[in-house]
Amino acid sequence: MDSRDWIRDGVRALAGGALAIPLAVLNLPLLVLSVVSLALVLVPGLGMLLFPLVTRLVRARTGLARRLAGRYGVPIATPYRVLPAPARIGGPRRLRWLLTDPATWRDLAWLLPGAVAGFTLGVLTLAVPIYGVEGILLIPLWTWLGGVWSGYGAIWPIQTVGDGFLSLPQGTLILIIGIAAAPHLMQATAHADRLLLAPTRNAELRLRVSRLTETRADTVDAQAAELRRIERDLHDGAQARLVSLGMTIGMAEDMVEDDPAGARKLLAEAREASTAALVELRHLVRGIHPPVLAERGLEGAVRALALALPVPTEVTAALPARLETPVESAGYFAVAEALANLTRHSFARHAWVELWHTGESLVMRVGDDGLGGADPAGGTGLRGIERRLAAFDGTMSLSSPPGGPTVVTMELPCALSSPRTSPSSGTA
Amino acid sequence: MRVVIAEDLALLRDGLIRLLEAYGFEVVAAVDNGPSLLPALVEHRPDVAVVDVRLPPTFTDEGLQAAIAARVEVPGLPVLVLSQHVEPLYARELLTDRNGGVGYLLKDRIANVTQFVDAVRRVASGGTAMDPEVVSQLLARRQPPLAALTVREREVLGLMAEGRSNGAIAQKLFIGDKAVSKHINGIFTKLALPPSDDDHRRVLAVLAYLNA
Repeated sequence: MDSRDWIRDGVRALAGGALAIPLAVLNLPLLVLSVVSLALVLVPGLGMLLFPLVTRLVRARTGLARRLAGRYGVPIATPYRVLPAPARIGGPRRLRWLLTDPATWRDLAWLLPGAVAGFTLGVLTLAVPIYGVEGILLIPLWTWLGGVWSGYGAIWPIQTVGDGFLSLPQGTLILIIGIAAAPHLMQATAHADRLLLAPTRNAELRLRVSRLTETRADTVDAQAAELRRIERDLHDGAQARLVSLGMTIGMAEDMVEDDPAGARKLLAEAREASTAALVELRHLVRGIHPPVLAERGLEGAVRALALALPVPTEVTAALPARLETPVESAGYFAVAEALANLTRHSFARHAWVELWHTGESLVMRVGDDGLGGADPAGGTGLRGIERRLAAFDGTMSLSSPPGGPTVVTMELPCALSSPRTSPSSGTA
Repeated sequence: MRVVIAEDLALLRDGLIRLLEAYGFEVVAAVDNGPSLLPALVEHRPDVAVVDVRLPPTFTDEGLQAAIAARVEVPGLPVLVLSQHVEPLYARELLTDRNGGVGYLLKDRIANVTQFVDAVRRVASGGTAMDPEVVSQLLARRQPPLAALTVREREVLGLMAEGRSNGAIAQKLFIGDKAVSKHINGIFTKLALPPSDDDHRRVLAVLAYLNA
């Protein structure tokens, strides 16, 4: 790590320590409010209203603690149950939802120990570097204020000016230790918070089940719609064309003796109809599973895709082996959608795609130098990517400040399968 | 003219053999899988090979790989690659050795028998035959060095990639032969192609087109 990083992290943690102290103090009124509102739950009207409101405040506070912990590398998932149906604040359904969620009680249980841990570690985080600064400034302060200090660090009492100067290296050392230790202390706070604020194993499973139910329903819907589309395309397209092709050839067969010229014309028509049917089938196949994907895998297919884009697109890939077919397909369509979005909306002059495998998941990153300002809520394209990836527990994140650049990062958890079957090709 | 055919579907393979023999070609070998294609090409050294991209055993692109490998062993071995779909990427890989004698067509084009046989002969004599679909997929691209070309020059280059003669290009674009030569010279100059015989320059121009 660069020495500047080290100082930056330390100073950030010091600020975090300074913030932790008032936040810890804030826990106490929240605890009092919670206890009071719980006691009043049975009071008609007021109780049903008060407890949900206070819980909302408590959850804002614990939510902040979870986010802060995430900053120190201790991610804490939100443990709350999903509200089953809209329920207004003050209604009995909402109250029952809060009271039956173990996370509500764990939040309350956290308020006091969380305050103690936050306060203690916050004070410790600040105290060590402050003591270091005191040592560094001891001599100037001494001369300015007179001999108020009786000692510093290892030297008690300070009797000579020489002893006094020894506080400078000691103070510097203590300051460095304080700054270096600050991130670890804040991390310790985060770990302590996690004990009560993280979802229990039970809650984690419950959250996972509800997420899986949701994505499975999405996947099933999407698949059914896709099959329906393919059925309709075949029925109205290729099938109909083959029927008419058979008719035309039959007519030509009848005419061939009496009217050879007419038969020849019909046969030419039949040939054209067969070409049109092939074009339609090709488009359909491309939409189901692009042949180049089957032949070359994800990397080759993305290169082929980039080659046909109006925006010059550079593809860099580091995939040591072929991926599972469903993952390849999901990844390909996600990248294709991201690139289509880019050509439609970004007015980019250059674009790039990066593909690599972390050992656990496939990462696909699509970027451009266009206008930026893309919003996943605004377009169906980005939502579609999210849905496609969700079926595989994949995720998408978007960075698109106004003015660009836009970067879409997509991740799909997957293992690597068979070794590569074809050699790598050149850049697109 | 001696031909080697590689196609795994019996129906299509027999059809190709019958078609080519009807037009005076001699089919010296017809294989139905990837691994036996390369030895067949190296052993027979045909005047032209007609190869399906996707062959057993893996049904990926072993036909294409075998064709490229054969051209490494026998430089300039004329190969006409057939596929159910075309990718500019594959066309570029076929042409990277800059030797010409390369065709890349959709299987649909076989239906137009005379044009198909023309394409086989053109490839055998060192020309190119890029599918119009490859050309149209690249039409949207406006990148250097192609950005320097006028719209007309780009059209002419696309038709050149398909393998059309100057006369055919003139007819298609409703312009005179002289105008076509002028456009072609413009293309050669703008793409900075070194002077050499006209056929080779045409191959290089097509490669530049695919590489842009």
